[in-house]
Amino acid sequence: MEVKLRIKRYDSERDEKPHWQEFTVEAEPTDRVLDVLLHIKSYIDGTLVFRRSCAHGICGSDAMRINGLNRLACKTLVKDVSSPIEIEPLNGLPVIKDLIVDMQPFFEKFRIVKPYLVNDETPPPVEWRQTPEERERFDDTTKCILCASCTTSCPSFWTNREYLGPASLVQAHRFIFDSRDRAAAERLDVVNAREGVWRCRTIFNCAEACPREINITKAIGQLKKALVYNRF
Amino acid sequence: MTDRFVMSRARPSSNFELATWLYMRVSGVLIAFLLLGHIVVMHVLHHVDEVDYSFAAGRLANPFWRIYDLVLLGLVVSHGVNGARIVIDDYVRSHGLRTLLKTALWTVGILFLVVGAFVLFTFQPVTG
Repeated sequence: MEVKLRIKRYDSERDEKPHWQEFTVEAEPTDRVLDVLLHIKSYIDGTLVFRRSCAHGICGSDAMRINGLNRLACKTLVKDVSSPIEIEPLNGLPVIKDLIVDMQPFFEKFRIVKPYLVNDETPPPVEWRQTPEERERFDDTTKCILCASCTTSCPSFWTNREYLGPASLVQAHRFIFDSRDRAAAERLDVVNAREGVWRCRTIFNCAEACPREINITKAIGQLKKALVYNRF
Repeated sequence: MTDRFVMSRARPSSNFELATWLYMRVSGVLIAFLLLGHIVVMHVLHHVDEVDYSFAAGRLANPFWRIYDLVLLGLVVSHGVNGARIVIDDYVRSHGLRTLLKTALWTVGILFLVVGAFVLFTFQPVTG
């Protein structure tokens, strides 16, 4: 089948503003949008740039805006999106070139919630034990692949770049509700700040955008609830 | 880490946003019930033809309704002002404009409260 694409092109070193470029390629309905992009880069226009690494929905490199929704190009089939397929870089992060955005602001907000296990106690002889119920509590938020689809789909983040954003709150949730972790109080302090959890307006764009289907808005709700019980 | 973010994080930890978030939920529920009571009295129990000056004056003669209206006024103004404050925080990035808008907002809010409370406390029915 013939597939039409409209891709937003921009080179921060040369262009004043972005422009749309159209491509028409032959593709199978079961091809992924990533395959089509790779075809364009290999055979039509080598100057088109985008990130991709594993190409199997695990590394989270190829998140982009496809027909207005944030998705992974490697998990989106051509037959599932209407033609012309409009492809743009993620919204809310500075564009470096074409579909590549500067992820630095995103990872700063990721680091700020201490996204690692903190426990200074002497480890038990074999391993830290956890009941299935204790594990279940944060199971959903362990699935994050840091693709930034959620944060860059969030209108609160678009209007306020200081907002921690859903991805960062997902990481906070993952460790705050982990029974083996000991730094919940510190993380709750961070998410309780003005630019933390209270900027969330429960718009649900994040939950809709997440390629791992994490119920992010619910996780943020649990953080708010934890703060209410923790502070009052 | 950018300096900007480190700075915003270094602000003294306060539960203000948490408290106002909770207040919005509690006041919202209270307002819903109080408004329901208001609508039932004004529009269900009494036909629209009955609701005139003397009806309103009669209601205000009862201290219960004065307190009821005062509570409703306080809740509605604070709920509304806080909601608008959050919208300003969300959308206005310029520090100066933000301060200006919030000052205007609080001024108008307090003015509404004062005028409303003044009427509720000092209302005397005009006869004849």
